[in-house]
Amino acid sequence: MTAHLPAIMVVLPLFAALLASLVRRGWAAWAIAFAVSLAMPVIAFTMLIQVLSSGPISYAMGGWAPPIGIEYRIDMLSVFMLLLVSVPAAVMMPFARLSVMSEIDDDKQAWFYSMYLLCLAGLLGIASTGDAFNAFVFLEISSLSSYAMIAMGRDRRALLAAYQYLIMGTIGATFYVIAVGLLYVQTGTLNMVDMAGRLGDIAATRPLFAAIAFLTVGVSLKFALFPLHVWLPNAYAYAPSFTTAFLASTATKTAVYLILRYFYFVFGIGLVFQVQPISDILLILSLAAMFAASTVAVFQDNIKRMLAYSSVAQIGYITLGIGIASMTGLTGGIVHLFNHALIKGALFVAVGAIVYRTGNGRIENFAGIGRRMPLTMAGFVAAGLAIIGVPGTAGFISKWYLALAALEKGWWWVVLALVASSLISVVYIGRVVEAAYFREPTAENAKVGEAPPSMLIPLWLLVAATIYFGIDTSLTVDIAGRAAEALLAGGR
Amino acid sequence: MDLLQDVIQHYNQWITIFLMVSGLYIVVARGNMIKKLVGLSLFQTSVYLLYISPGKILGGTAPIIGEGFSVYSNVLPHVLILTAIVVGVATLALGLALVVRINEAFGTIEEDEIFEMISEE
Amino acid sequence: MRFDLISRVGAKLFLPFILLFGLYVQFHGDFGPGGGFQAGVIAAAMIILYAIIFGLPAAQRVVPPLVVEIMIPLGVMIYAGTGIAALLKGGNYLNYSTLGHDQVHAQELGILLVELGVLITVAGTMIAIFYAFAGRGR
Repeated sequence: MTAHLPAIMVVLPLFAALLASLVRRGWAAWAIAFAVSLAMPVIAFTMLIQVLSSGPISYAMGGWAPPIGIEYRIDMLSVFMLLLVSVPAAVMMPFARLSVMSEIDDDKQAWFYSMYLLCLAGLLGIASTGDAFNAFVFLEISSLSSYAMIAMGRDRRALLAAYQYLIMGTIGATFYVIAVGLLYVQTGTLNMVDMAGRLGDIAATRPLFAAIAFLTVGVSLKFALFPLHVWLPNAYAYAPSFTTAFLASTATKTAVYLILRYFYFVFGIGLVFQVQPISDILLILSLAAMFAASTVAVFQDNIKRMLAYSSVAQIGYITLGIGIASMTGLTGGIVHLFNHALIKGALFVAVGAIVYRTGNGRIENFAGIGRRMPLTMAGFVAAGLAIIGVPGTAGFISKWYLALAALEKGWWWVVLALVASSLISVVYIGRVVEAAYFREPTAENAKVGEAPPSMLIPLWLLVAATIYFGIDTSLTVDIAGRAAEALLAGGR
Repeated sequence: MDLLQDVIQHYNQWITIFLMVSGLYIVVARGNMIKKLVGLSLFQTSVYLLYISPGKILGGTAPIIGEGFSVYSNVLPHVLILTAIVVGVATLALGLALVVRINEAFGTIEEDEIFEMISEE
Repeated sequence: MRFDLISRVGAKLFLPFILLFGLYVQFHGDFGPGGGFQAGVIAAAMIILYAIIFGLPAAQRVVPPLVVEIMIPLGVMIYAGTGIAALLKGGNYLNYSTLGHDQVHAQELGILLVELGVLITVAGTMIAIFYAFAGRGR
């Protein structure tokens, strides 16, 4: 059965989504979602061991051999992404139960879990497939279900946010299809490995450049690279708390994975970073994201919105690593993918727990929460320190590698920018801490109690992971390093 | 003269580009949410043409083995686009559903009016 | 609903043939152009025509919303289930060749089941979309 794990990894959540919509009871749907979410990391770890011992796994869907049939190809980077998606999803599921109960009507809860499982299937599918068009289908499965999940927020602005995301996301996905179409017309194949092999013959033609441009812009829309991020703050601010936590830690990351996959495996570094000026573009936009988004985050009164802007800034760090395109830079970028998933997951779970107790996420509502919900707030502060990049947390590790990579290139101003952007994040995390610990509780907050254990345990698991991966980096940096090595070698 | 011939020979691509750009323009320029979705649909549809037209081989038939046929069109683009159409339908249905809900919640589907309403909140 | 004799009688004449054409497209999909997607849309078009002429409540008596909500996941389940059956029989996911005693029959059975799943889901989805929009704002 282990030979079929790549298919099971995607089919299991898909099948569970169908079951969840058939049972129609919120608790039963949650139980299905929880069981499946727990199984996913186990499968991912099994595949990690397989990949470590015997190299990439290739799985022919329907028995049709690649490159004609759809191939599922699990290599080091894929398995890293599978872990990145499945581990936070599994950890957050206990949190989902109460949070969803308080934010979504009873008759819609089963549909919500169904959407969550579809989204999970889509995200895992993007990471596993080796077929360019199949990746588009999974991209849209995950996106469409996330639009639906966002629209289920209580605030009526959630509808507007979902609509805006739908427009932007669809444009992004369509750009991606255009790019795949141009590539298909030129190479006659959709299999990524095959495509990479055949692109050598048509290097530097105009349609190929057009494909690179469409792909870069389209996928950047999906992961909210700085000037294309306008959909993200509203979507994260008004979505149900669980949706925000889940999407913030996984959804944008898989889009970044797609860009990594294309830049390094399909097109090759020479074409993307030497013939085309993508390195410079990414560098400028990353620095702009780090500053502009962090600065805007400081002035937000809605904590979810503030953290959403912080996400845009953090994506800047990741793209910075991709843009530097050296071994250290890429390792830093990939490690930050994982670390940011943990950190943002923890922050949004903490905010979700506070919203569950106090009713909304405005900063004045956090007054005195530090005394009323000490464990939740302590988790928030620990994750906040990680986002700033304090040594001893996971956030420090990734920034350290990025700074090293910049120094290798002699770009000391990038290091300055990294430090300065971190200082801005001190301000916005500091605002929350100030409100939570140094202000008197409002009349309503005076009677709220600590968050329930089903929320505290996921929060502290994520925080513990953040601190653990800040001290013992052997697992994350090792896997990311191997993935980066494979990427720089062009995956061949 | 060569240039003109080039332009005419690739007329299918000119149609694709025209539809693509006009679709995208409608999405950007219109404030009415339904019109935006119409533009989005047009934009997606143009991509179907981008795939389908190179798949057609002159004189080729549907790839079903039969007497007297040796030239077949490429089916793969059709199959891909069938999938893309399904995605397009799902997107459009979800988009329209959102607009219906937005109309119920805000009483309008003009973006300017909604943004005004929100900024007052 | 207004009393539109011609459209009512005309629709009643048309309805069975629309469904029949849908089934033709479905089962002829093995040998010619056609298949579950097209057949599903044609079958749903029959219900939608019925609803337009005779009113939404009448259509919902024929195909209740609950049935539609079950049809959507059920069809995908048949599709995915076929894949899982192939998996359990020792082939790769969705490898129909393992489903029967010989290659040709197995492929035929596999595609038949998959297209049946597609028919149910597509018809269900189309009707669901129509119900969702037609049922609003009354």
